[in-house]
Order: sequence, then C-alpha cells, then structure tokens
Amino acid sequence: MKKRVLFFGVMALLVSAALCGCSGGKSTEASKPVKNSSEEAPAGSAAVSGMTGTAEAAEPAHGGSAVVGVTHELVSLDPHQSTDARTRSVVFNLYEGLVKPDPDGNLIPAVASDYEISDDATVYTFTLRDGVKFHDGTTVTAEDVKYSIERYAEIQGESSAFSVFDHVEIPDEKTVEIYLKEGYSEFLPEITFGIIPRSNPDPEKNPVGTGPFCFVSYTPGQKLEVERFGDYWQEGLPYLDHVEFKITADADTAFMELQAGTIDILDFLTGAQAKAAGEGCQILEGTQNMVQGMFLNHSYGPLSSLKVRQAVCYAVNKEEINQFLYDGRSYLIGSHMVPRLVRYYEPAPEALYPYDMEKARELLAEAGYPDGFDLEIVATTASTQYMDAAQIIADQLSRVGIRATIRPVEWSTWLDEVYRGRQFQATVVGFDGTLAPNYWMMRYTTGHSKNFMNYSNAEYDETCQKALMTVDDREKAELYKRCQMILAEDAESVFIQDPANYVAVNRRLGGYVFYPLSAQDMSVVYEK
Amino acid sequence: MNYIIRKIITLILTLLLISAMTFGAFSVIPGDASVSRLGTEATQEQIDALRAEMGLDRPVTERYISWVRGAVHGDFGESLRYSGTTVRELLSDRLTATVLLAVIALAMMFVFSVPLALLSVHFKNHWQDTLISQLVQLAMAVPSFFLGILLTYFFGIALKLFQPGKFVAPSEDFLGAVRYLVFPAMAIALPKGAMVTRFIRNAVLGEMKKDYVRTARSKGSSRDRILYRHVLRNALIPVITFAAMIAVQILAGSIVVEQVFSVPGVGRLLVSSISSRDYPVVQAIVIYITAIVVIMNFAIDLIYQLADPRVKGDQG
Repeated sequence: MKKRVLFFGVMALLVSAALCGCSGGKSTEASKPVKNSSEEAPAGSAAVSGMTGTAEAAEPAHGGSAVVGVTHELVSLDPHQSTDARTRSVVFNLYEGLVKPDPDGNLIPAVASDYEISDDATVYTFTLRDGVKFHDGTTVTAEDVKYSIERYAEIQGESSAFSVFDHVEIPDEKTVEIYLKEGYSEFLPEITFGIIPRSNPDPEKNPVGTGPFCFVSYTPGQKLEVERFGDYWQEGLPYLDHVEFKITADADTAFMELQAGTIDILDFLTGAQAKAAGEGCQILEGTQNMVQGMFLNHSYGPLSSLKVRQAVCYAVNKEEINQFLYDGRSYLIGSHMVPRLVRYYEPAPEALYPYDMEKARELLAEAGYPDGFDLEIVATTASTQYMDAAQIIADQLSRVGIRATIRPVEWSTWLDEVYRGRQFQATVVGFDGTLAPNYWMMRYTTGHSKNFMNYSNAEYDETCQKALMTVDDREKAELYKRCQMILAEDAESVFIQDPANYVAVNRRLGGYVFYPLSAQDMSVVYEK
Repeated sequence: MNYIIRKIITLILTLLLISAMTFGAFSVIPGDASVSRLGTEATQEQIDALRAEMGLDRPVTERYISWVRGAVHGDFGESLRYSGTTVRELLSDRLTATVLLAVIALAMMFVFSVPLALLSVHFKNHWQDTLISQLVQLAMAVPSFFLGILLTYFFGIALKLFQPGKFVAPSEDFLGAVRYLVFPAMAIALPKGAMVTRFIRNAVLGEMKKDYVRTARSKGSSRDRILYRHVLRNALIPVITFAAMIAVQILAGSIVVEQVFSVPGVGRLLVSSISSRDYPVVQAIVIYITAIVVIMNFAIDLIYQLADPRVKGDQG
C-alpha cells in the first residue's frame, strides 16, 4: 500500500510541475496592444500586429495538415443556411461568393473577376472569372450564379436585407446582372455568400463550392475534414493538404487539447489561457469584431429615463472589465460599431461616459431614484465572458446604489425570452456583423425586428435611413457616424468593448491572419 | 413466465410515461430547435419556415403520437439540429463509445475494489485498513471533472501515454479506442470504485457480527474460510444492488468525464441536444437510459435469485 501513497505523491508533484511548466512559458509574443487613442488608426493594426510574428518565412512550402479547434456546433454546411458567425468562419474555407472579404475589410472579386455598380446603385454587374471550378470539377457558369443568388434570396426571406433584390439576368455566359428594387449602395457585402452548383441536389450533406478547400467528411458534433482543392483559382493556394475542424464540447477541454498538441489552432482564448498556452504555440492577438455591451430595455420603467441610463453608463467601469477579462487588451467602445470598420467608425463616443461614481449618483438622484432601483441582468451561460462581465457590472452598479441581480439563462432561452420575447431589463451580450455598416446600425431603428431594446428616436431613424439610401460613401460615412453619436448621447445601452481575441497557433504553423469579420482563413496557413 | 410478462409490461409503461414527460417538458421550456439553430440573425420567415419543416408548428399531442408511432418501429426520426442526420446514425457510434467506456470502467472498478475491500476486512483496525479508508475517502472526495483534468495532465501531457482529444471511433480502430478509454474509465472507476470498496467492507464487517459466524467460529472454522465460504456470499446481496445502481449510472453516460476527455459519448450528446432543443435526440437517449434502468433492475432480481435461493421470482 505504500506504493500507492508514493504514487499519489509523485503524481501530485508531476501535475504541479506540468502546470508550472505551462504557465512559465512565453506570453509576451503578442505584439503591441490595440491602443485606445483616437489618433492611432485602430483598424487594421490588430491584424498587422497579429501577423508580424509570422511573416519571416520567405516562400511557404506546400503540404502538411492542421487541426483547428472549434468550440461550438456547426449549424449547417449549406452556405445559404449558415446564419451564425462561428459556422460562417468555418465554411469560409469551402465557399466563395462573387466577391469576398480580405483581411483589411475590403471586398475583392472572387468568383467574379470584376464588378460594376450603376450610379443609382440599382444594377450590379459582375463579370465571371475565367476557369473558376467547383470542387466536383465542373466550371462555374452564369446559370450556377443565378441559381445561387435566387436560392439565397428565397432562404433569406422578405424581411432580410436581401429583400431589395429583384431579379437576376444573364445577358451572356460570362456576365451576371443583379437588379434591385431600389438603390442600395451596401449590397456588395450581402453577396459574399457561397456560389454553389445548380446540379447539386443536397448542399447540406454534400457541400460543393469553389473555395480553397473541398469537403471530405463531416461527423456532427465531432469534426469536419477538408482537403486542398487542386483546381483552386488562386495560384499557389492553399498551402496545407488537409485541415480538420475539430469540434470540442467546451473551451477548457479544447484548451487542454491545444496544450497536448491535438489541436493546432484555437481562437477566443482568455487572457489567462493565453499566458498558460505553453512553449508549443504562439499567441496572436486581434479583436473579436464584436460589440459587447450591456443592452438595456427601454420599456423597463427606470431605464426609460435618459438620466438613469446615463447614470448606468457612468457607473460602469469598462477598463476594469477589460483588465479582468482580457488583460486590458480589448478596445473600449462607446457606440454600436467596431473600430475595424475604420471608414464608418466614430471614435468620439468612447470618451463620452468616463467612469464617474459621483456623477452617476447625482444623475440617479435627479431622475428621482436617490436610493437606486432594482435591475435584473440576464446573462447567457453559453459564454463565460458574458457571465463574468455581468458579475463585474453588477458589482460596479451596486457601488452607486443600483441593486443589480444576475439571472443566468441558457442560450436557447435567451434567444426566446430576451431576444425575441424582449422580456428582460438588461442583458450582457455581444453582437458581430458584416462589412455593411447598416447591418450594425439598422437594428436601432424604431420597430426593427432586431431592436429588442425597444429603442426609439425619430432623429436616429431619419439619419439611419438617409445613410442607407446615400450612394456617396463619404456622405454615407458621415451619416452613420452621426447615428453612432446619437446612440451614445442617448445612452442607448452600455457599449463596453470590442473584446480581444487571442489565437494560439502551433509553432510549426505560420501565416495565420485576422479578418474584420468571422472568418478563419486556412488557405494562407502553412507548415514552417 | 408470468413474471417476465409483468416485467415487460412495466418496461413499456415506464417508457411511455417517461417519454411523455420529456415531450411535455420540451413544450414548456422556452426556446425551440428552430430559434436555437438560427440564432440572432434569423428573420421571422426563416424561423417560420424552419419550424414548419421541423414540424414544430403542429400541436404537442400530435407530435407525440407520431413520435411514438415511429419509435415503435425503431424509427426515432431525424435530428433537428443536424438536418438530414437520423437519430439512429447519430447515436450508433456514441452508444458504442459509451458502452465500451462503461464496460472498461466497471471492470476496473471491480478489479480494484473487491481485493481492496477484502484486504481492509482482513487487516481490520490495523494501519493497512486505515490507509485504505483514507485513500477511499480521498478518491470519493475529488470531483470527477477535477480528477479527469488531473489524469489528463498526468498521463496525457506529462507522461504522454495518450493524446488528449485524439479519440478514434471503435469502428475504425478498436484497440486504439480501448487504449484511449482506459484513462477516462479511470476517472470514472476511481471514485465509484472507492464507494464500492467502502460498501463491501461495511457489508462484510456487518455480516461478520452475525450469530452464524460465531457459531461457525466456535465449530472451529478458520476466519478466512468463514469469510470466503459464508460471509461473502451473504454480504454480496446488498453489494449487487449497489454495484448495479452504479453500473446504470455509468452506462447512462458520464457527462463530465466524456466532456473532459472529449469522448463522443451519449452523455455529451444529451447535454448539447438539450441546450439546442433537439428533442428527437433527447427522446432517444432518455428512452435508452430508462430502458437501461428498468432492465438492470430486472437483472438484479434475477441475480438475487441466483445468489439467494430463498428469493423467488413470483413473489417479487
């Protein structure tokens, strides 16, 4: 029996040694932090800083494989059905649209080689690229493109942004014209969805696209395997022969598999995990391109008062949340837009509500709540970052006398009760988006289906609508910036941060890049 | 014969009742599979279309009746989350993994708990007994997720005896699967085995106090002979019940251990299916678990009869 004691003793020692070994590793690989000063161009810098560490290799070699950790379930492999960001970031490797986003947030031609937009933004004309092939070996035809657009429009439905779509014409086999019901200058980001062959009856089970990787197998809840598409139109890409997206039940398990080397690439690490990832991997740093905040229901008594909402904004110390959850590496925001969309981003709201407990108390007293009020914050258990942020906020609010309680709910319950049912007072959550600015801003217009905050401001509605209709990009940007300012001045919600995104990449791999939207581009990743 | 028929009727009634309750629960809790699958970007049309496609727009009773009709024929329908995948496809591999894990864990549990318990009895109140009690206490006190993490670090990351997360399906590589499952099985077997060890020890010691032991002793039987020939057999009856209960728990899928070791088993699927409101999958798993419980109870009755001829099937 003595042996047994010894065994446990040795085991305890080894375990602690292993743990120390992991945390003693490097953590400062992540290059410069995303600074919050407005003179430094915020966008792009995250991607650049993330890339500097890996750009040494001259010409990457072909071959090899990688396992990408995925800590969520894939909704659908059908590119027209995938509505959630995490799934889109995976199927990004299988499909391409007529245009596709690049790491700088521009839209570059993909299946199309060129496009032209009519002056009133009602007709979009695309010239198809020569010799783009589907994974099944057939060449992409204008018919396939027409089919894809019509199928996508039908699936999206009438109340989507795609409702402006009228019809498609194919004047010749290399040209596709999309006609809109009215001028819509932000249509281009809408057509990044995958082009699929008309001949494929089951895109869900047998995904065929034009992307750099083609489908090998999919085991629901376990893994998606893809391999290099030899006929990919971009010369020399992809580098890797084989990529596995490994679906792991929870983030902690995935992290352990990263340390064990089972997973090569894992995103959305916490600050603590980034430090403990060990020698085997490099930590890259970007942002999640997400507006994380505490969203307020304007129909709830106390929160219908502007002064109360302002008080709440003053009472929340964003820097503390940032420090606690992301080691201070998040980008603190003040309105509903991410800094990576530089052209449309208005930095002024960032400084509007500095942390000020005195001011918060004063405003509460002026609004008729000198003793504070009850506030229930709903947070979903789907993500620890929301739960943790909610805890910190509740504590901060209690310091100015607001009696905040937290109600944790499952994601499905949150969607049903809070998001669709609007039965809540405040909720901590994050929203991501596309490259189209209206995607971010329109949800605040009166009566919008995604306006679960029940916000209503006539000036906002008017400005936002005008921005949407404006074709001139400079003028459009000004209007959207004004919209962000209105939201901030109205203290619409507590906009906290665009959270830092730590990505661990095994040291044998290089080339990982960040995108301003949900995409994990494996085509540029290579083995060193 | 009567007895078996009665047991089968009980099984069917239990399954019907449990499945109806699960169905009812799913119609009460907020959110459904369509909302959960489409997330925040869905338009109302998309949700309505998907609800109709999934048949969620039909009343609960109607859905339940058609579900029962399918289930009777062994057709558990399609998963709502993974469209196009039948529940049967989804479950077959996972059931193999879970059952294999359970078998290994149970074997491990008995291999170390029975000898340990007997040692403990043999050295009762000596330091060996105390030591075993302490170890048992420790193994019972450590929560299984933490034990799982410890084992993963120790065997997986430090000793590299297995690669965490690199589980291969038994259908692809049976030995490889077994080799991987040894470690999660350990995480299950340690705490459960500790409970069984303690249970056997106490049952045997309790039995040792009985009069017949004293009689046997006074007739000159050795302590060991009494222990193995008489006491053990009597002490095993409550142990069987206890061990069977634990077997049921393990067969139902150890959610935490499957999660920590990334074993694609039934427990993990159950949890994720509940949160995505994938009721056909949940129904099938609940049916599986219920059936296991009822059948195991039936098996316990039979084993009782074998172990103790006084127990007659028709009375029970």
